[in-house]
Amino acid sequence: VIRTAATILRKDLRIELRTKETVPAMTLFTLTVYVLFHFGLDRNSLDGELASGVLWVTILLASVIGVTRLYAAEREQGGIDALLLAPVDRTGLFLAKAGLLLGFLVAVEIVAVPAFGLLLLGPGLGGALPELLLILLLGDLGVAAVGALVGALAAETRARELTAPLLLLPLMVPLLISCAQATEPLLRQEQGPEDLGRWLGLLTLYDVVFVLLSVAVFDYLLED
Amino acid sequence: MYSKGLKPLAAATVVAISAALALVFFYAPLDGDQGFVQKIFYVHVPMAIVALCGFVAGGIFAIRHLRTGDPSWDLRSYVAIHLSIILGVGVLVTGAIWARASWGHWWVWDEPVLVSFLVVFLLYCVYYPLRFSIEDRDRQARYSSVFAITAGAFVPLNFVAVRLAESFTHPRVLSQTGGSLPGEMRLTFLACLLAMTLLFVTLWKLELTSKHASAQLKRLKRRLAERSPAAVA
Repeated sequence: VIRTAATILRKDLRIELRTKETVPAMTLFTLTVYVLFHFGLDRNSLDGELASGVLWVTILLASVIGVTRLYAAEREQGGIDALLLAPVDRTGLFLAKAGLLLGFLVAVEIVAVPAFGLLLLGPGLGGALPELLLILLLGDLGVAAVGALVGALAAETRARELTAPLLLLPLMVPLLISCAQATEPLLRQEQGPEDLGRWLGLLTLYDVVFVLLSVAVFDYLLED
Repeated sequence: MYSKGLKPLAAATVVAISAALALVFFYAPLDGDQGFVQKIFYVHVPMAIVALCGFVAGGIFAIRHLRTGDPSWDLRSYVAIHLSIILGVGVLVTGAIWARASWGHWWVWDEPVLVSFLVVFLLYCVYYPLRFSIEDRDRQARYSSVFAITAGAFVPLNFVAVRLAESFTHPRVLSQTGGSLPGEMRLTFLACLLAMTLLFVTLWKLELTSKHASAQLKRLKRRLAERSPAAVA
């Protein structure tokens, strides 16, 4: 399974590196959304709840783009048939797609989070960095699991660009709650009481549930 | 096939609903600070509980469908989710009325149950566009089942998350579980819950029967058309 996943992931990464389609688009999108938030909220700098909310909503919206592009190569070029003909475990495909989305998100965040610190954030990012990285990683993991499943679910419907965000956004509400709440104390002007443990716990629970669930049901999406 | 026991079930539903309504209006005491408006609680909360159970039941039927490959389980899951969404509209409307009457606003974001319900409702609304944009019957059933399972597992997770997100300082106006209700209110509430459950099951069976019948009718018509094309026109 791991080898299959690694092979498919390598193929997808190579496609992305050669076409440079998705990650630049997602990054550009996040920067544009920051500008929109600047004008929408009419604030030059954000902190606390507002900052963590803007950061996470932007990341999650950008992930929608990633999800709609996730199965594009398979669908447009008909590669999915070849994958289905190959005698390999379907779970491998799920792991590869989740890994690809995770890679997309990490690549986007490498630009988007510092840019957020530069453009909108009042207090500096420096002090909170280790915790923030952990939250980002756990959040990305959850998005990757849900996204890979939803992408596959939406890929076969007629209006897939419509279905994917509609499915994805409500499913990510618990993730948004825990990520935003965990990030909020880190971005405050004056350090306040933190409640990191509870939110990280919830985030981990979310990740575990959706990884297991997706692995369990993914096979049925490709059974033809 | 699905219509077995439908008549006694329907009769039981009528009795249970009449009894529950009688209890609500003549037996249950008026609430101390909310007065008459509080009686909407006997519709709102059972409806919400039944709708959520219906969503979860839809997920369980979907698991059976994926396990067995029998399309009738997919139909069961679909009808359960369909009815739960209809009840969900009722829950949101009655919830808004109740909130307006007791808190002065149509919508309150700091009531975790209401907010979680909205999120779940929004998610399940996508079930229709998903289901009906897949033409292939087999695939439609499978994809719908995958959705139903994912969403069914999401329901409890979402409730935990939204509840945690609310500050615990907000006073609860009324315990929603009925755990701390005075005896008479509690009895009435349980009667309403039973009535709502029976109503749900009856409607569910009725809808299944009707779907099954119309599918059979279509099949018969097709057979008739094969034999004598002129007869059907």
